[in-house]
Formats: sequence, structure tokens, C-alpha cells
Amino acid sequence: MAERRSPAAAFADRFATASKSGALTLAEIPFLRQINVRVDPESPAAADLGAALGVALPVSPGTAVRSGEVTVAWQGPDEWLVIGPEGYEAEPLRAALGDRHGSVVDVSAQRTTLLVGGPRAREVLAHGCAIDLHPSVFGPGAVAQTMLARAQVVLLPQQDGFLVLVRSSFAVYLAEWLLDAATEYVT
Amino acid sequence: MRRESGGRIDRTRTLRFRFDGRDYTGHPGDTLASALLANGVRQVATSVKLGRPRGIFAAGSEEPSALVQIEEPFPEPMLTATTVELYDGLVASGLPGQGRLATEPDPARYDATHAHCDVLVVGAGPAGLAAARAAARTGARVILADEQPEPGGHLLGTAEQVAGQPGTEWAAAVAAELAGLPEVTVLPRTTVFGHYDDNHLLAVERRTNHLGGAAPAHVARERVWRIRARRVVLATGAHERPIAFAGNDLPGVMLADAARTYVNRYGVLPGRRAVVFTTGDSAYAAAMDLVAAGVKVAAIVDVRPAPGAGWADRAREAGIEVLAGHVVTAAAGDGQVSSVLAGPHPETGAPAVGERSFDADLLLVSGGWNPVVHLFSQSGGTLRYDEALSTLVPGASRQAVEVVGAARGVFTLAGCLEDGATGGGAPAAAQAAGEPYWLVPSQDYRTHFVDLQRDVTVADVLRATGAGLRSVEHVKRYTTAGTAHDQGKTSGLLTTAVMAHALGVPVGELGATTFRAPYTPVSFAALAGRDRGALHDPVRVTALHEWHVAHGALFENVGQWKRPWYYPRPGEDMEAAVLRECRAAREGVAAMDASTLGKIDVVGPDAAELLDRLYTNMMSTLAVGAIRYGVMCRPDGMVVDDGTVIRLAEDHFLVTTTTGNAATVLDWMEEWLQTEWPWLRVHLTSVTDQWATVALVGPGSREVLAGLAPGLAVSAADFPFMTWRETEVAGMPARVCRISFSGELAYEINVTSWEGLALWEALMDSGAVTPYGTETMHVLRAEKGYPIVGQDTDGTVTPQDLGMSWVVSKKKADFIGKRSYARADTARADRKQLVGLLPEDPGRLLPEGTHLVELSSLPEPPVPMLGHVTSSYRSAALGRTFALALVSGGRARVGERLYAPVGDELVPVTVTSHVLYDPEGARRDG
Repeated sequence: MAERRSPAAAFADRFATASKSGALTLAEIPFLRQINVRVDPESPAAADLGAALGVALPVSPGTAVRSGEVTVAWQGPDEWLVIGPEGYEAEPLRAALGDRHGSVVDVSAQRTTLLVGGPRAREVLAHGCAIDLHPSVFGPGAVAQTMLARAQVVLLPQQDGFLVLVRSSFAVYLAEWLLDAATEYVT
Repeated sequence: MRRESGGRIDRTRTLRFRFDGRDYTGHPGDTLASALLANGVRQVATSVKLGRPRGIFAAGSEEPSALVQIEEPFPEPMLTATTVELYDGLVASGLPGQGRLATEPDPARYDATHAHCDVLVVGAGPAGLAAARAAARTGARVILADEQPEPGGHLLGTAEQVAGQPGTEWAAAVAAELAGLPEVTVLPRTTVFGHYDDNHLLAVERRTNHLGGAAPAHVARERVWRIRARRVVLATGAHERPIAFAGNDLPGVMLADAARTYVNRYGVLPGRRAVVFTTGDSAYAAAMDLVAAGVKVAAIVDVRPAPGAGWADRAREAGIEVLAGHVVTAAAGDGQVSSVLAGPHPETGAPAVGERSFDADLLLVSGGWNPVVHLFSQSGGTLRYDEALSTLVPGASRQAVEVVGAARGVFTLAGCLEDGATGGGAPAAAQAAGEPYWLVPSQDYRTHFVDLQRDVTVADVLRATGAGLRSVEHVKRYTTAGTAHDQGKTSGLLTTAVMAHALGVPVGELGATTFRAPYTPVSFAALAGRDRGALHDPVRVTALHEWHVAHGALFENVGQWKRPWYYPRPGEDMEAAVLRECRAAREGVAAMDASTLGKIDVVGPDAAELLDRLYTNMMSTLAVGAIRYGVMCRPDGMVVDDGTVIRLAEDHFLVTTTTGNAATVLDWMEEWLQTEWPWLRVHLTSVTDQWATVALVGPGSREVLAGLAPGLAVSAADFPFMTWRETEVAGMPARVCRISFSGELAYEINVTSWEGLALWEALMDSGAVTPYGTETMHVLRAEKGYPIVGQDTDGTVTPQDLGMSWVVSKKKADFIGKRSYARADTARADRKQLVGLLPEDPGRLLPEGTHLVELSSLPEPPVPMLGHVTSSYRSAALGRTFALALVSGGRARVGERLYAPVGDELVPVTVTSHVLYDPEGARRDG
């Protein structure tokens, strides 16, 4: 396999330096499998996809469920983003859908994943994110599609911090923005 | 001058500052205003229109008069001396009304943050602290914002006690309790300046301004808070208001409570010998505090025949003469107050003491209190004129907003504490608010000021009402009263009252002018925050960007994308580089990063039907494995985008869009799908960033591709034009499309964006490939007459106008735009059509946008225009310059000579077909 390069690869050193303070963890988690699933949630196909995922597709807006290492994040009334480890395959999902109406599209390289963790993670994101990130409102099990600074992101709160999924072409901008937003916390 | 002791200043430290070229000292805890008063500086500025001396009138953000410009450490215009915290090294000067912006960029950091809370309390005075504490004790998420550096509000300027301890200590203790709670945020030095719908409020926190040049560079100097609150408690207090009398703008005339604040909070005596002019009791407390601090208070001139219970006696015991039923008729002095004239109240007919003159350098004025209703009004709340309080008080809320304390007319400390603790629910107890009194009658109103900053006098207001103006909004605009930096905090209601007096109507009948954000001025730098420089707008880059940078590419902005424009070699200018890149593409092999093209995955049983409806041409007949160019139009038949459609499977397509239109086209497709044809079973997914795309172009491209894709049968027969193959290129899974935007044999190779750089480097490692940028791409496509949507079109151009009737289906029952081609207008013979232009001088490059005319000399305007140049380049292949243009009836003019006015010159050009290179299409198979 030819050498792959993740969208924020050039930031590895600067992220590591910023993470030394202990206030914040910044890192790219590259090459995660991401699969966009579109299907009628009421359909038998949706149930079969749920069975293949090991967890039913969540139908409550703004929720994400886990099945082992796989997260299934609600994106719309008939749209989900499946996020799994690098080796996770889309093929079983395609097979589960079969030739019924729906779509299973591998979008792994469409967005990269940035981890914003540590005690100041919420404050850093709040500089550019209008939604309420308080754990009582937006804790593990939630997901949001929103703006972080001027980039569209998918936000997934974790036990410690947040996963920020950003389109590959915006990754450099957002990495620069995060490092800038972190200035006060890591200097 | 400074008192011997007292005040909330740190006398152990001395701060040096310079004002109007003179050096002074002050202490931490001072404002610039208090430090100036401590140094005996009375005049701070001259007035904007009349050039009259002006001093310090207030002690807070309502200051209308003491306008200053900061010079160092960084120039900042239009600040009030009363709100600038003193720091070492401050250099400032007084301003006659207008300041000036810095000429160099502000080096400080400014940022913004979003915050959410259950309860936002605005104001940390007694009512606000009590409200915040009550809310916090329920476990609510609370934000308490206050514009002062320390909590306490009005308590900071008085010696009042709360719960048996000094009020300031009580305030500090409550604030400390609040700050210790995990869900409470206490924001000192933070002015909530805007209150919008859904309880969205904006505040600015001044974080390091008070440190001056010692401010750490990495800490944002100011921070804009964008707060969303479930409930808002406004504890914004009240502003004392002035009275209109002769000379009421002289330095030395000061709001009574401001003088009290200078004495108590800053340990400053704002004068040595004072007269007090009041309509109520609160000024007595100020007078007593001044006496206690050593100021000689010569007299209290009280408009009321009977001052409030006990106050007059206590004042007399303190040696102050009380003139009940009297008014101050004039403040006089040369540059500042030196004497005060008083006389009997002309209307109440109180027992006259007669005209009196007092030597005084300080005149305290208290015309009553105005609740600070700015935010409440901004929030959509109504205001009501309260006759008993003779001021505007909050009426009905439109949002989840409560007003507590002085902000709703509760003017006692005990009342404020209770009001805050109970959320302002109880009706305000009746209070002795003093007597409404606004204007001391006179024959000459030219120095009875209502707005000190705008130099508006009672005479100006009378001129406005005399001219027939009856609305407070009209008088505000006519006189400019209330339009300065202070937005009429002290002048607004006074102006209304003077109007009412002139018109002989009750004040409450005239209503109030609109309160608008911001409550106090906010710097543009704070509003811009971090959205400046490189972070102003996202820069989108492809997976190959680092390579382009490393290889000297210059970049072109296309939407938010940075695209390589051309790759100059040492010694090359743009013209030379582009000619070289064009030659490589036409004669050898060249490659371009085409990753920015929008890509949309279209899947579903009705996918072909959807595309048939969206594109002007037929997509359902496309074979699996094949590719078709398509054009999308609006219902009016005008081109909005073009691209290719790749059929991946019977029910599965990949659509490409132009770089700048990717999001627009997806939205457009979703809109039709969701709102017009929701029964079509199709799903759309953006995959623009999933794929890196490299265009490999030129007669040598087949050989290069064959070398990297040994498994791919590359012959023209095996891999025909407008088909695609899945294969491995340089060891990477790839989709290769035979598409040409240049007329040459060409391929578009798609791999995941992770592998884009590796693909590009493999191509470059072949040694045969020249990288080219968007400029060369533009030249190559223009030589072939391929339009660029948005450059050669402008929303008024049909496919037929572009010479592409072939792309408009005659067979389809319907598609977006079809109906419009039956309109007479789209069939007009004189429509502007895309043609080629050859300047008669083959070296002459026409500027894009140049108009075209028929005449060899220009007549008098209006000159009939035939059209304009949309694209213009030098062509290596043609060995000359050429252009594309939209020309009225253009296709019928092929062979005609037209003229292009360039400067004073009319450049002759010949109209040609828009396809200038390889019109037979002989080159696309290599």
C-alpha cells in the first residue's frame, strides 16, 4: 500500500507541544473508518443494518450509540455516520442493505478526526462553538453537527474531551484555529 | 486632591501617568478620572461644538463629558476618563468630541467565547449579588457580569452597611462564595452591552486593559462573551440625572453621587467648597459624606419646600445651610465653577431667602434617578413613565427577563437586597423619590445644557419644538441630543422633559427614544476577535497542498480553496510559466490537482430520474461504466453549473460540480428532491473531500498512466473517451476517468485523499510530467471554447447562448429550465452568444471585462454595447492572443470586425467561432 498522509499530519509536533501543559490534549486520530448510512429508519433494511452494526440505528436527534469500538451517530432523520477503527469494513453494511433502497458510502477520507481533550477542552471549543457543551447537556451519547469557528464539524463528546470530525480540506484551518484558541491555556 | 486616608485604592503603590503632556501619579484602584481629580485637574477636554471647558461629570459609564484619547501603550480613541482604570505608563489626552484611530495594527489579542447559563445576572450591586446568590444556591448555572473591577455596585461609593458589616466587605464575601461554586462564573470588568432575542446577550470583558503595557501578550486583552441564558436578571442600577440651569456644564459641576463615589471609593476630594443642588434626599447623604471627608459644604439648595424627614436637620447639624424651596440659577466661573447663584423656586412660591451667591468650586447636582433600562428595552420590554418616580421604569417583559433593584425603581439598599433575593416579584414599595424638577427657568437658555457631549442646550431643544417637532425621536435627530458615545445616559430623559415643558404636556406622554446596543462603546478589535488575518476565513486546501507550496506554486483563491495558479521556474514570469505549462499539456504530458471539484454520490432506484430532471441533457441513457458532461440550469433556463456524471451502477452515480459551486449544487439537488419530488427514492452524499483527483493531460499521458497502472488496458479501444475504469495506479486503488477539459488525451485519476500526495508524487517521479495550475487549465479549455460557469456566464446565459444546444435534450418530457426555452426571449437572435475573438494585433491581450462596440470611433454616449470579453489569454498552441466574449447575435457575426475600447484606444478584433483549437476533436484520443 502506498504511503497515506492524514489531513492534519503536519500538526503532530505542534499538537504534542500544546498537549504538554496538561491543560489540553490535542491530537489527530487519523484513518478512522467512517461510513455514511442513509435508510428509512422504519424499514426492514434499517433493522438489518442495526443487526449488522450490533446496535439499532438511533432515532433520537442528536444521539450517538456505541457497539464495541463502533459509534453510530445520528445525522438526520434518515442519515447516520458510522465511525469505527481503521480496520472496520463497510462491506457487511452493504450486504445488510442488499439491493433495497438506502445508501452505504465510505467517507473515511472525507473528514479527519481531531481529539480535543483535557481539563480545558470545553473552554477551547467554546471560543468557536455556539452550542452548550456542558456535560449535563452534551455529554457522552450526544452528537452535534455544528460550526466550530468557521468550519462545519461533527462533535462527539467523550469521557474526557471531544472528538471533532472535520472535512479534510478544512483540517489545516481548524488545526491552526485550535492551536490559536488554546494559546491562553498552554502558554 | 487626595484625602489623607480611605478609599479603595492601594496607597502603597504609585502609578505614573501623563495627561495632556503633564506627568502625574495615582494609585492602583484609581480611574483616570479619580487620579486627575486627585491631582487637581478640573478641565479634561473642550466641548465638540462650542469649545467650552469640560470636566468630570460622573464616576461611571454614564459620563457624558470627560472624553479622552489613550496614546500609550496603544492608541485608543473615545474613552471616558471615568471608565479607564489607571495603570503605570498610561499616556492620554483630552478629546474635543472626536478621537482618532491608531494608524498601526493593534498588537493585542482579542477573542470571544460562547457561554450558556440558567441565570445571567447583569450587575453586581446589592440587588444583583442577592439575585445571583439566590440562584446559585439552587444549583443553577449562573453567570454574574459587572462592569466594575470589583463587586458591590453602588456600595463601592458609599459607606453603607449590609448585614452588620461594611457593604463592600459583604459584596466581596458574596462574590467569593459565588466564585467558589463550580457552576457559577463571576465576570468582573464585563459590560453586557446587547440584549437580543431568545435571551442572547453580548458582553465584553476587559481582561488586561488595566495592566497597560504590563499585560501579558498571550492573554486576550478583551473578550466578547456570547451568552445564551434561560433567564436574565437585570440588576443594572440607576443613573443620577442632571438639571438644566445656566452654566451646568462647567468643570466642577458634578452629579452628587459621583462626588460621593470619588470621596469614598477613591479617597479623592473633588473640590474644597461645595454647594448641593437637589430634588431629593439622596444628595444629602452625599453631602454628609463630603463633610465627613473635609469638604466644606456651603449649602444644600433643595427644590422641595419640605426636604425629607430628618435630612435637613442632620445637614444643619453638620453646619450646612439648607435652602428649601430654592433652585440654583447659575454656576459661574472662568473655566471652572467658582461661584453658585441660588434663588427662590419660581413656581412653588416658597418663602424667599432671596438671591444668594456662594463661593464654591464644586456644585453637586441631583435631579433624581433614572433606572438603567437600556438592556431591558433592547430585549423587547416595554417602558412605562412612573409619575411617582418621575422616570422610565420597566413595564412588560417580552422574554424571560426580570428586573430587580434600582433598575426597576427600588432605590433603597434594603429594598434592593430583598428585591434581588426574591427575583423582583414584589411590587416596589412606595418611596420618597423626590420632586420632579428638570429645568430652571431663564430668559437665556444658551448655557442650560441637556447633552454635554453634543453641546445641546435647552435653547436647541426649544428651537426644535419651535420648528414644529413633536416626537422625541425627531428632536433627538434634529438636535443630536443623546447620540454621542454615552447614548444619552444622562441627557435622554432630560431632553424629553425639556420638550414636555416647552410643549406643555406631561413628560410621560412623550415616550422614550429607542435604546440600542451597544450599551457602551465596544472596540472593533474586540468584535473582530480572532477572526482576522489567516483565521478570518477558512482556507481550504487539498491533500497535495504541501507539495504545491514546496514546489513554488503561486495560488489562486477559488471560493475558500487555494488552488495552484501556476508553477514558475526560476526566472520565469507568469506569462512564460503558463505558456510552458500549456505547451507541456498540448505536446507532452502535464498534471493538475483537480481535487477541489465538488463530488456528490447519488444512489437510489430513482437516481437516473432525478438527474434527468436536474440536467438539461439525458442521463438515464448513460451506460454503466460511462461518463457524460452535463449542464444544470435554473427554471429560467440560465446555466448555474456544469460537470460530469459518472454511472457507477444502475442505481448509482457520481456527479461532479465546479469548485466554487459544490455546496450550492448539493443544496440545489436536495431542495428539489426534498421539496418538489419527495417521492423520488434517491440519497445524496457529499464526497468532495473523500477523493483526491489528478488530471493527467497530454499526448504522452497514456504512456505515463500505463507505466503506473500495469493492470489497465489503456488503448483507445479498450478505454474509450468518456468511460471509467477501476484499477490500481502506483499501487493504490483508483478510479480512472477518461475526461478531457483541454481537448487533449487526458485522464482524471481519483484516489482517497489520504493517498493523493502519494499518487501525485508517483506521477512526478515518472520524470515526464509537468505540473500545471489553474491559469493553464483556463487557457487550454478556452482554446477549446469550453465555458467556465461564473466567468463566461453570469446567470443570464442559456446553454444555447454558449453554443451548446446539443446539451439540451429535445426528447425529455421535462427538466428544470425546459419551459423557458419556449419563451420568445430565449430565442431572440440578438441574445449574447459565446464567440471567440482574435485581436488583429496577435500580441494584443484584451483585458477581461472589456466592452465591445461596432463602431471604429466612439459616438456621444450612450454608446451601444454589443457585449464584453469574458476570458482572454495568450495561447501557445495558437501562437497568439485570443479571447472569449459574449456578443449580441455573436454567431451571426463570425468574421466581422468589432472594436474593444481599451483606455482611449479602440482595439480591432475579429469575431470567430468559440472553438479555436482542434475544432474537429482529433486530439482527444492522443
